[in-house]
Amino acid sequence: MTPTPSTPLFSKARRALLLGLFASVCVAALPRPAQADTLADITKAGVLRVAVPQDFPPFGSIGADMAPQGLDIDVAALMAKRMGVKLQLVPVSSTNRVPYLQTRKVDLIISSLGKNPEREKVLDFSEAYAPFYNGVFGPADMPVKSAADLAGKTVGVTRGAVEDLELSKIAPANATIKRYEDNNATISAFLSGQVQLIATGNVVAAALIAKHAPKAPETKFLIKNSPCFIGMNKDEPALQAKVNAILAEAKKDGALNSLSIKWLLRPLPAQL
Amino acid sequence: MAYQFDFLSVLDYTDVLLKGIAVTAQLTLTGGVLGVAVAIFGAWARTQGPAWLRAIVGAYVEMIRNTPFLIQLFFIFFGLPSLGVQLPEMVAASLAMVINLGAYSTEIIRAGLAATPRGQFEAGASLAMSPLQVFRHVVLRPALQKIWPALSSQIVIVMLGSAVCSQIAAQDLTYAANFIQGRNFRAFEVYLVSTVIYLLLALLLRQLLRGVGRQLFARRAR
Repeated sequence: MTPTPSTPLFSKARRALLLGLFASVCVAALPRPAQADTLADITKAGVLRVAVPQDFPPFGSIGADMAPQGLDIDVAALMAKRMGVKLQLVPVSSTNRVPYLQTRKVDLIISSLGKNPEREKVLDFSEAYAPFYNGVFGPADMPVKSAADLAGKTVGVTRGAVEDLELSKIAPANATIKRYEDNNATISAFLSGQVQLIATGNVVAAALIAKHAPKAPETKFLIKNSPCFIGMNKDEPALQAKVNAILAEAKKDGALNSLSIKWLLRPLPAQL
Repeated sequence: MAYQFDFLSVLDYTDVLLKGIAVTAQLTLTGGVLGVAVAIFGAWARTQGPAWLRAIVGAYVEMIRNTPFLIQLFFIFFGLPSLGVQLPEMVAASLAMVINLGAYSTEIIRAGLAATPRGQFEAGASLAMSPLQVFRHVVLRPALQKIWPALSSQIVIVMLGSAVCSQIAAQDLTYAANFIQGRNFRAFEVYLVSTVIYLLLALLLRQLLRGVGRQLFARRAR
């Protein structure tokens, strides 16, 4: 579209194009807010959006009435009530919960989230609110006592979960780690015999035993003691302070303890 | 604070990506070749087979074309072990792709056969060829030539559909992308890179299939 005698230099089409370019450059050059304040946004909107698990009882699952239920859902409700806002639950999986927080689709992650250095680079954590340990579980007749015994065996694990990251570090090179997209697939893989052992949380193994699954998983060895934390975006001092304050209050007045007894069938450990 | 792009963090996992590309290519090759073989048999069965075979193949085609690929895959991988059939994930993924491509391609090739003029069959019969010989030597190649673009498209669709096999931990390109994203949380960079790789693989596959078509159908009707 070079200028010719019949098309003037600033023809209508070229003018529109230049105006569009100029407008986009202006928008791109607009000063960004120096620091996002999620707590103010939550209070203004009157809604707290929380990422919760839907495939990980007793922390989060779908009940018979198709509504989410679990420890994390109740903690989210407690947070929203004590902040004086409405609660909006956003079901997530282990693999998409951090991207959801980073893209601000949710304000908090309450999803049996464990703390580790990689996550600390992109998230901030609250104080711990529930106990949790990860281990390798398998059938009683399989002799596995430590990570080294995994040589030549297949272990199923949920991708992106703490047990995935930890097991990948300590498992021997000839152990086969199969990573599935969510907890349900990992459990299905174990129960259908596609993997010999499963690396998951103690509560999942307890649930399998309680439901009298055909392959009752027995604890082989501990991977990590990793209590649950609430996750939020970095550089949110107001939000972090508020969340920690609510948790401290809930621990003192027994609200968190009664949730622990309701869902984990045991009181909150003293060191939490 | 604007998002800081960091494409170099994806390069740390180049070996994982390369393995993913290799597995996707392997699944596509197995699925493509065996799937087309199944389809040729299926198309023959539906047009010239006995009534009972026609019914069975018809049921197979309708069932596969009207259910999601993911469900078929999960059934083969998680469901069959309850019946005693335990398949490792590469076998299960390849099988699911063969079954899936076979069903869709049966219909495509059948369309090509239906477009073959009756005269061809009669001409072959008049040369004392059995129906099977007529099918193999006279009718099949022109039929394939007619529907080659549609068949190529279906093969590319199944190659892109192989991404679903990551759900049963087959270590294809999507599995590699999910793995890398789970480690460095760089969703934008990781998925952009894997999208570009899939695009290049699809274009390469189309070129390959076009070349195969040229080789097979070089003889033009005068």
